[in-house]
Parts: sequence; C-alpha cells; structure tokens
Amino acid sequence: MIPTTYILLLSALIFTIGAVGVLVRRNALIIFMSIEMMLNSVNLTLIAAANQWGNLTGQIFVFIVIAVAAVEVAVGLAIIMAIVRHKDTTNIDEVHLLKG
Amino acid sequence: MTLPNLDLPPLLPEIILIGMALLLLVVDMAARFRDARAEGSLMAGLTFASVLIAAGATAAGIGGGDASVAGVVLVDDLSRYLNLVVLLAAGLSVLLAWAYVPQFSRESSSFYALVLLATAGMMFMGKSVELITLFVSLEILSVSLYILTGFNRHQLASAEGALKYFLLGAFSSGFFLYGLALFYVQTGSTQLAEIAAQDSGGVLLLIGLGLLLVGFFFKLAGVPFHMWAPDAYQGAPTPVTGFMSVATKAAAFIALFRVLAAVPGVPVEVWGWAVAIVAVLTMTWGNFAALRQKSLKRMLAYSSIAHAGYMMTGLVAGTDALNAILYYLFAYAFMNIGAFAVAAMLERPTPNAPQDATIDAARGLFDRRPALATAMAIFMLSLTGIPPLVGFFGKLYVFGAAVSAGWAWLAVVGMLNSVVSAYYYLRVVVVMFMAPEDETSYVRSRIPAGAGTAIAVAVTGVLLMGLLATPVFVELGRAVIALR
Repeated sequence: MIPTTYILLLSALIFTIGAVGVLVRRNALIIFMSIEMMLNSVNLTLIAAANQWGNLTGQIFVFIVIAVAAVEVAVGLAIIMAIVRHKDTTNIDEVHLLKG
Repeated sequence: MTLPNLDLPPLLPEIILIGMALLLLVVDMAARFRDARAEGSLMAGLTFASVLIAAGATAAGIGGGDASVAGVVLVDDLSRYLNLVVLLAAGLSVLLAWAYVPQFSRESSSFYALVLLATAGMMFMGKSVELITLFVSLEILSVSLYILTGFNRHQLASAEGALKYFLLGAFSSGFFLYGLALFYVQTGSTQLAEIAAQDSGGVLLLIGLGLLLVGFFFKLAGVPFHMWAPDAYQGAPTPVTGFMSVATKAAAFIALFRVLAAVPGVPVEVWGWAVAIVAVLTMTWGNFAALRQKSLKRMLAYSSIAHAGYMMTGLVAGTDALNAILYYLFAYAFMNIGAFAVAAMLERPTPNAPQDATIDAARGLFDRRPALATAMAIFMLSLTGIPPLVGFFGKLYVFGAAVSAGWAWLAVVGMLNSVVSAYYYLRVVVVMFMAPEDETSYVRSRIPAGAGTAIAVAVTGVLLMGLLATPVFVELGRAVIALR
C-alpha cells in the first residue's frame, strides 16, 4: 500500500502548483482551472486521510467539495461570460475599470 | 437502526428564509407583472416580511439555552445575536434595494432569493461547529454574493467587481478548504468539539490553522488579502455593498472565534501575533487609501476595510472580547448601511444603472436636503468614533478588550488610526454643509419610501445604541459568558 504521507505530499505539491498558477497566469479561464486544481488536491488529501483513519467523513467531505466546485464553475463561467460580452477578452489585466 | 434526532425548531429562522427564497422563484414563474417596479415591490415586500419573521423567531429564542442540531450546528445565544446582526443588515439592505433594483433589473425575484440564501448561509456559518458545515455555509454565502455583486451585468463595473471577487474568493476558498482538510488529517474528525479534545496540537494543525486564517482574512478583507474588496464593493449594486460589507464580516468573525477556541495546542500567543499584524496593516492601509478617494462608495469600501481592522483588534483578546465585537458589529450595521443608503441617494441615474456617486456630489446637500445631510453627518461622525454615537462605544469596547488582554500597543495604533480616519469622514461633512452647490452636486429629487425608512432606522439605531450602550453591552456579555 502507498503510505499516506506520500499521498499527502503529492496533494500538497498539486495544491502549490494550482496556487502558483492562479498567481502567475493572466487568463481568467486558466486561473479558474488552477483553482479547480487546488480544490481537487484537497480532495486527494481528504481521501488519503479517510483511508488512514478508517472513517467515511473524509469521503463525504469530498462529495460535498465536488458539488461546491460544480457550483463555482456554473457561477464563474457566467461571470466570465458577462465580462466577455463587454470587453471581448478573458485577460484579467485588460479588465481594469475600477482602481485606486 | 434509528434516524438521527433532527430538532428543527431551533433552526426555524433559517428555514423561513430558505423557504421564502424558493417561494420567490415560484411566484416569479407563476405571476405576470405590469413592470419591473411592481415585481420589485412584491418581491421586496415578501423578503422583508420573512426577514422580520426570522428576526422575531430568533429574538424569541434568546435566553432559551443551547440546542445542537444533528451535531453540526449549535444554536446558542451567541449565534442568535449573530442572526440578529445579519438579519438587521439584510432588512436594511432590502429596504434600500426596494426602489433601487428595478432601476436596472427585471429579475428582482432572483435578486431577493439570493439575498435570502446569502443571509441563511451567514447564519449557518456562525453556528456551525463542524468543518463540512462550516465550508458549505461559507460557500453558500460566497456564491450568492458573487452573483449579487455582478447582478447589474449590463454595467462593466459590476461585472468586473464580480470577476475579481469571484476569482479571489474561490482562490481563498481553496486555502480555507485545505486548512479544514489538514485538521481532518491530523485528528480524524471534523467535529470542532472532538478536535478540541485532542490533548496536543501537531504541526499539521498549525499549518491548517494558518491556511484557515488566510481564508478568513480574505473574507474579512484584511490586508494583504483585501485586493478584491474595493473593486467588488464599488462595482456591486449599492444595497449589496452595504449588506456584504457588514454581514459577511459578522459571520466570518463569529465562525473564526469558534475555530480559534477549538484548536488545541495553539495558544493565543501564537495566533494572536498573526492577527495583530494583519489588524495593524488592515487599519492603516484602509485608512490611508480612503484618504485619496474621489468616489464616495470607494471611500466607504476602504473605510470598511479599516473597520475590519478595528474589529480584529478585539479578536486578539479571545473570547473575552466576544461581546465587544458583537456590539461593534451591531453598531457597524447601523452606521455603515446608513452611509451606503445615503450614498445611493446621491447616485445620478443613467439608462443602465445609477452612476457611482462622487464625494463632490454631496456639495451643498444641507441646503437642498437638510434631513438627509444631517443623517449622513451622524453616520460619518459615528464612523469616526465621536461620542455619544454608537461608533465611539464600539471602538471603546473593542480597544478596551485589547488593553485588558495586554495588547495596549494595538489599541494605541487603533486610536491613532481613528484620528487619520477623521480626515476623510469629516471631509464629507464639510462638503455637505460648507461647500456651495455646483454642477457636480446631485441628489435624487424624491427619496424612495424604502430608502428613507432604512436611513431613519439607521439614524435611530446609531443614536439609541449609543445612549443605551452600557445595558446593551451587559446583555451581550451575558450571552457570551457561557463560552468563557
């Protein structure tokens, strides 16, 4: 069996890649994808911990996280569409009406 | 096998709100409306009624002891008072939205349904004692607020505010969630009580708490996690700005208290410093950025960041400061939503939506509308912290709690910051009372009944809660005494 620690380290790595992706990429859709990656790395952590502890709480948590991620996709894409209607771009650097 | 014991009556306020949210959507499908105004009035009326009933049901339960529902939410007096803060903010914002939303939208039903869902999410967040519930309620309120921020999608500012709020909000939810997951990895449980029962901490708990704090600071708009706040607050329809600047903070503060009280092996000396540093940055940044704003709404957005910093000052005192923070939240609900309501009256209408009000729009307001200008002056003085208004007592109690917990320097920084804030709050007063009217001045020719009522209630609250500060504070202290 793969030790839990390895899985935890892997998910920490995926989480970091996701977080760095959010910070360095400028396309709203890619940023969004990176956020989903962060959420899914947490799912991996939860599954590993549920296996380690032998209870189902972590697995239930994963289902909830998947549902929440789906909600965020629905709302997020709608918001990005609203921006595209105005500016015809998904680059967040070109969306800078509000500042100061 | 028996079904888990579900005691629903303690959750009656939330059930009323969610039921009404669904009802609004059904009514919208079934009914034909003459115009946007007719629809808006019906929906706002129903929403306001459900908020009043929920507040009544909550108030009736105060002093009625604790009730745990399915082991995931705890209904105690702390959460009942949080309910009242959130419902107060929701009620005032609905009154303000009554005539505001039909100006740009024919979808009032979804607007109010989302307000009700966000309110219910906040109320759940303050009473959750289990991590999954905490996460779900946080997401319910966040997702509702993302949509509400961008509700006026025909205006770029609104859509842009929503995009920034959404991207950074979802990003912070990731940190929040990872923090919760690490708690589970370390302890094997998602119940706060079972996590608290662990005899020692562990490095994962410490990392988890750090990630969780990042998530909370994002929601509270604490510097350096505040980047979304000015844009989201400025872009959002004004009633939404007032609502989320107050109610989200209230829910997040109470939930943060519950988590901090539960984490074992992490004493206040450890997380206290993190909170204190963020509090200092938040107050200072918020106040200095507010100094140079031209837009009234954006100035109030930065002022709201600064006030989150004042409230964090109380956080370092731990559960001893809970009643101080509760008092501050009530105070802030009255004075801040009142200020946003007046700002909404200064917004010049355009075909798409009301245009942002500049501070100059208030020029000569006292000559044209003395009552409105006086109300705004009261809100501004209260936000500055001038006695005997409610804002003064809020700061007094919060800073007092910090001093008695041994964080005197933090209270001193807070007071110095209040002095800085006087400059931009009083500038609004000066502009209203001294500056002559010119072509930049604008105020609606007719104040809608809903907005007028909201402003009147807010003024009454600011004056009354200031005069009755001691009895209110003592009563709030009784509510939180069980937690010490």
